[in-house]
Amino acid sequence: MLRYSLKRLLSLIVSLAVASLVIFLVIEVAPGDPASFMLGINAQPDTIAALRAELGLDVPKTERYLNWVSGMVTGDFGISYTYRTPVSTMIGDRMWVSLPLALYALALSTLIAFPAGVYAASRRGKAGDIAVMGATQLGVAVPNFWFAMMMVLIFAINLRWFGAGGFAGWDDGLLVGLHSLTLPAISLALPQAAILARVMRSSLLDIMGEDFMRTARAKGLSRRQALWRHGLRNAMIPVLTIIGLQFSFLIAGSIIIEKVFFLPGLGQLVFQSISSRDLIVVESVVMLLVFAVIVVNFCVDLAYGAVDPRLRSRT
Amino acid sequence: MSLLEIKNLSVSIHGTDILKDVSLTVSPGEIVAITGESGSGKSMTALAIMHLLPDDAQVSGAIHLEAVDVLSASEAEMCAIRGNAAGMVFQEPMTALNPLKPIGAQVAETVLIHTATTPAKAEEQARDMLARVGLPEDRFPMSRYPHELSGGQRQRVVIAMAIVQRPRLLIADEPTTALDVTTQAQILDLLKELVAEFGMGMLMITHDLAVVSNMADRIVVMRHGKVVEQGKTQALFSNMRHPYTRALFEASGHKVSLPRLPADQQPLLEVKNAVRDYALPRTRLFAPREYAHAVRDVSFTLRAGDRVGLVGESGCGKSTLTRAILGLEPLQSGEIRAFGKPVGPDMDPSLRAGMQVVFQDPFGSFNPRHKVDRIITEPFHLIPDPPKGSERSKAIAEALGAVGLHPSDAQKYIHEFSGGQRQRIAIARALIIRPKLIVFDEAVSALDVSIRAQILDLIADLSRSHSLSYLFISHDLSVVRTVTDTVMVMQAGEIVEQGITESVFTNPQHPYTQSLIAAAPVLPPVLPGPGHLTRRPDHV
Repeated sequence: MLRYSLKRLLSLIVSLAVASLVIFLVIEVAPGDPASFMLGINAQPDTIAALRAELGLDVPKTERYLNWVSGMVTGDFGISYTYRTPVSTMIGDRMWVSLPLALYALALSTLIAFPAGVYAASRRGKAGDIAVMGATQLGVAVPNFWFAMMMVLIFAINLRWFGAGGFAGWDDGLLVGLHSLTLPAISLALPQAAILARVMRSSLLDIMGEDFMRTARAKGLSRRQALWRHGLRNAMIPVLTIIGLQFSFLIAGSIIIEKVFFLPGLGQLVFQSISSRDLIVVESVVMLLVFAVIVVNFCVDLAYGAVDPRLRSRT
Repeated sequence: MSLLEIKNLSVSIHGTDILKDVSLTVSPGEIVAITGESGSGKSMTALAIMHLLPDDAQVSGAIHLEAVDVLSASEAEMCAIRGNAAGMVFQEPMTALNPLKPIGAQVAETVLIHTATTPAKAEEQARDMLARVGLPEDRFPMSRYPHELSGGQRQRVVIAMAIVQRPRLLIADEPTTALDVTTQAQILDLLKELVAEFGMGMLMITHDLAVVSNMADRIVVMRHGKVVEQGKTQALFSNMRHPYTRALFEASGHKVSLPRLPADQQPLLEVKNAVRDYALPRTRLFAPREYAHAVRDVSFTLRAGDRVGLVGESGCGKSTLTRAILGLEPLQSGEIRAFGKPVGPDMDPSLRAGMQVVFQDPFGSFNPRHKVDRIITEPFHLIPDPPKGSERSKAIAEALGAVGLHPSDAQKYIHEFSGGQRQRIAIARALIIRPKLIVFDEAVSALDVSIRAQILDLIADLSRSHSLSYLFISHDLSVVRTVTDTVMVMQAGEIVEQGITESVFTNPQHPYTQSLIAAAPVLPPVLPGPGHLTRRPDHV
């Protein structure tokens, strides 16, 4: 298991290095000079040159790449071209919204999907299964911003249980913060839960047809015991893959939900930075997201290894 | 009193009768074998005893396991019986174990389900039982996972799991069908010993009459869900009353007569010092790669009209050699020439047209969305000028006719055919471009004995009418013995013995060949004379 983990770790570092290079090149190659954009179309060439020097845009590209990467390793992401504040504080502030939101949504989606998937699988073809499958069909089909708007309408405007938008911050305690993230988290979680429940169900049904499940019954286990003791862990492998993908998506993919609920999250930050050519912020946020995706995949790989002994010995 | 008593058991699923009026008994210490071809209801009988039939099965009759009335027992009562009073061993050891749990825990689980004991004590029992079935802890630690064991070793784990509670009845459903002959012999010996040692009754299900004859005290022959005949093994073999039993027996030891070899023989296939290696994954990051030698230094020549067999156990390199001969994989050294030209992955299509192959699985090797005419004309793309229009139809009709099918079958889909018919279609596909050489890769291994006998007859007939040359690869010695003139025995990538088939079988030289032949179960030599039938004509 140790060698397996080290191998995964090595591949994680290599992926990060490659990703940083690709992100830097793609964003630098894209047209649009931040300095001329900031100064407007009537700016004098020497003013632009001065601003470029101030922003550090006049040094060779290799040097800028190295500065950027070495800065990131030490936590210094540079200064935003537009706002003149450290990028790390800008991202840090937004992370305190986006990361808890993503985790909250993922937790909700898993909590909904697991029981729903197991229930549907254990009642295959019966009314319970059909009902769960119908609900998940709806969950997959309906876009999450529509859920979000419906939820605002019902729980914020009619019932007044939650605020219609905005983020209360973490200063007044965990519960207050979570409370203000609940509606967005649910709207993000429902479609993901629908997908996850379907994967869970079909994975379990595949496993229930396996020979070793029949062996488990022949040993004297009841259907339910066989499912819990032998089925569930075997069914986890495809489910883990989907959970990993969903988490990566939730960190960055919540921009529409952030808009609907006026949340100051990462998605909004990227959106603003791109429109104002704040390249250093874009680069850093994208790098951070790539980092998150790669780390999540690393964790999923470790989880595979923990679940399946065959993977451990293969490497 | 019998241990197991089944009386007039009938099972139907969705209105289809699966079992009809099955009655049989098993006494303590007795081995009863149910035999029959696929679809005869053997496995369903076993599942019915364990109360593990599909949910929608309609069951009538009575099953008594000692004092318990199985059919009216509750699920909780059955859970207490399964694994405790009755253990079960399944056919497919590769998939019968949970891949994510160590073997020790899987055996100990049976103990923990049925006795109020500590995990440590259950583990102790598991350790003893694993040692008893031939997996002592010093060589096979209980922390091993199933994928770290061979098929035979896994079957030993399954057996340990089934008998660790010392059940009075052991049900073994095709326990050795998926195993090599030498492993099969060991597992059968083990089962026999355990039955004697524990005084268990054993109900064994197998399609293999030769296995049955060596193992069972009594035999139950089933067909289409009915028991056609049952009796003591000796008595049944010496006096087969039911024609189906006789047919089954004859098909099991079916012999074909091959035409004589032609006089003038051109070499078709020359294999010279063929070596095929596979790179193994590196054990350490910069360690030199290690190689598995799947085929080492194999040489032989197959001449026009030759019918050559290739036998060996799984993992011996048969399949790798076959793929290399068909030009699907490159060699690391040596060479293979077909019709004088070198064979390899980038060889000319016309060379491929000269060699066709028939695979084992008649279900998996066809595209289910294509009609038969499209399937069997697939090899036409290998030849520069394939027949078109009426000539094409003629070729299809001819090929189908040659394998005993009707020309109108060309417009059907593959699911409309039985397993044996599908294998005929596979042969038609191989024949249609008149190849010089056909490779039969375990071509009859998945078939029931009666179907197998028909396909072997077909191959013999085609040898006469089309003067076939073929390489017949199989793990089944009795089949190879009848359908080939010369045979090669392969072990660990090498050909350890080759020669005239009959002399290799009657006087094997190499120790490995001797052990293979010794391990293969044989039918008893009591061929029923026609007198048996004339004596009981009323029984037909």
